[in-house]
Amino acid sequence: MPEPVVAPVRTIFRAIARAVVPETGALGESQWLDLEGIVEDALAQRPAKVRRQLGLLIRAIETLPLLSTGRRFTGLDVERRTRFLTTLQNSPVLLLRRGVWGLRTLVFMGYYARPEVAALIGYRADVRGWEARP
Amino acid sequence: MIERSYDVIIIGSGAGGGTVAQQIGELARAGKRVLVLERGPQLADHEFTGREREMAGALYEDSGGFLTADGTMTLAFGRAYGGSTVVYTGTSLVAPERVIRGWGVPGLDHADVARRSATFAAQNNVHLLEPALLNDNNRLFVDGCRGAGFHAEQFPLNLRGCQGSSLCNLGCPNAAKMGTHRVQLPAAEAAGVEVVTRAEALRLEDRTALVRVTAARPGEKGLPSSWAPGEYRLRAGLIVVSGGAVGSPALLLRSGFGARLPRLGHGFTCHPAHILVAEHPQPITNDVGHPKSFFVDRTVEEGYVLETCMYFPFTTAKNLTGFGAPHSALMRAYPRLQMILVLACDKAVPENRVAVDKHGSAVVHYTFTRETIGAMVRATRASAKIFFAAGAVRVHAPSADPTLIERADAGRVDQLIDERHFLLGRVSVSAAHLMGGCGMGRSAADSVTDSLGRVHGVPWLRVADASLFPDSLQINPYLTIMALADRVADGIKADARDVIP
Repeated sequence: MPEPVVAPVRTIFRAIARAVVPETGALGESQWLDLEGIVEDALAQRPAKVRRQLGLLIRAIETLPLLSTGRRFTGLDVERRTRFLTTLQNSPVLLLRRGVWGLRTLVFMGYYARPEVAALIGYRADVRGWEARP
Repeated sequence: MIERSYDVIIIGSGAGGGTVAQQIGELARAGKRVLVLERGPQLADHEFTGREREMAGALYEDSGGFLTADGTMTLAFGRAYGGSTVVYTGTSLVAPERVIRGWGVPGLDHADVARRSATFAAQNNVHLLEPALLNDNNRLFVDGCRGAGFHAEQFPLNLRGCQGSSLCNLGCPNAAKMGTHRVQLPAAEAAGVEVVTRAEALRLEDRTALVRVTAARPGEKGLPSSWAPGEYRLRAGLIVVSGGAVGSPALLLRSGFGARLPRLGHGFTCHPAHILVAEHPQPITNDVGHPKSFFVDRTVEEGYVLETCMYFPFTTAKNLTGFGAPHSALMRAYPRLQMILVLACDKAVPENRVAVDKHGSAVVHYTFTRETIGAMVRATRASAKIFFAAGAVRVHAPSADPTLIERADAGRVDQLIDERHFLLGRVSVSAAHLMGGCGMGRSAADSVTDSLGRVHGVPWLRVADASLFPDSLQINPYLTIMALADRVADGIKADARDVIP
């Protein structure tokens, strides 16, 4: 197994995740670990270069707000974190837009790919199809 | 290195490879040794669970998230016994006459493609779904098209005993989709063709395939390969490459054919697509029933196609633009969501091609032309009008800012949805109709193969898959792939005495 990407930056990753999916604010520790496990599994399939770049991006997200707000990303409230990530998402620099897209996609995977969340949002697909619907 | 000899080796088991395998089954019956190599696993019926993450990981390359070189689009293609026919929705259309004529491939005419397509449509039980089995997501599309002035057509589908699980793109859990894994490959095996899974073609040499067979990882889905893990040197009189529009050109490039075939890897197109979502005031049936029953073809007039669709929670979340509270609100509205897939009919341009990196892995270079972006934006506007005409209260449009358009603004979609908001890297774009890279044509100067998939200047090498398309097909491609693969099989049978010792 390659080196983990999320574990060394867990606090920052969770702060990003709370901005991406506000419902993650209600997750317990074991649910967070599930989410992060899904993300780590997905990253383990990716090239080392991509994993390295993602780790760098997460660390950059932590420090970049110092320039504009004097605070680290984890020191901002959720509203300002969201605003900051939105700025990156709309950046003229493709690399930043791509980075935010990739990061939020990983959070979505960790959150929405769990069966309990699928049920929570009302997703009811069943292998039995019509037969399973009253 | 284990050495073995065959008469014909087919690399890939999807719409192309699976069809060739079946159609040259008579050679196997006559005692010729025919082998199909498939990189992915063969899943047992009970392993099709419909669970999003595990099925995507088992059946798709990179779990369906293969990124183009600049990271602005994901490509979805299957990697399993049956290739992408395991994970498509079974939409079965015959190539338009204008497209085949426009390709201008000597020896290829539309009547022949149509005739062969009809044969495979019959073999795969292609038919229109009865109205009682249509869900609200599809009915609303038809209603919306009627209200907004678009002509919706029903997709012919290759189903037998569809239960309406809605899980087609995760592999049908009810064995109802008539892909090559259900029809052509079993027929080929019955004729004596050998199929080996978990077998990756590393490179080709003169009448030789170097292949690596891998063991299943602990907990991984799929039957074990019938061959022991290891590296194999396989000799053959004839090799047919059917690895798809990414896999086939990549294999030929890393085998060194690029120097003699300057068009190898070029001509890549993929129908770049957005998944659009709209919210209705009341729950609708969307995650039950066949997801893709209708389409609108505006290719000639405006360069796009609209199709009904319904995706799973993570795929839906990924394809919505943005994040945060508005994104979450839309996800929580899942039971009220209607979806439309918009596809741009992109054209082959020099920038868009398949290459390989220093390790020999496929790299897809894709640049969005003004025409492609324009088509996606026009398609998004059309979809928004269809959604509102169907009664939606808000529409998510990736090329609008903000992306949510409320019903009160339904009359302004042409202004709100605009190319200036189509910001690559921010909007999610995906593609599943991958075409080109080993295009058919006249000579090595303009193409890689002739109209029978014979690689120019390499008598022992054929191509049979969507990589043969010289340009976009402008419709869902699998029936045309089968028709072309059938032609390749005919060519093999005609040439058998000369090319197979």
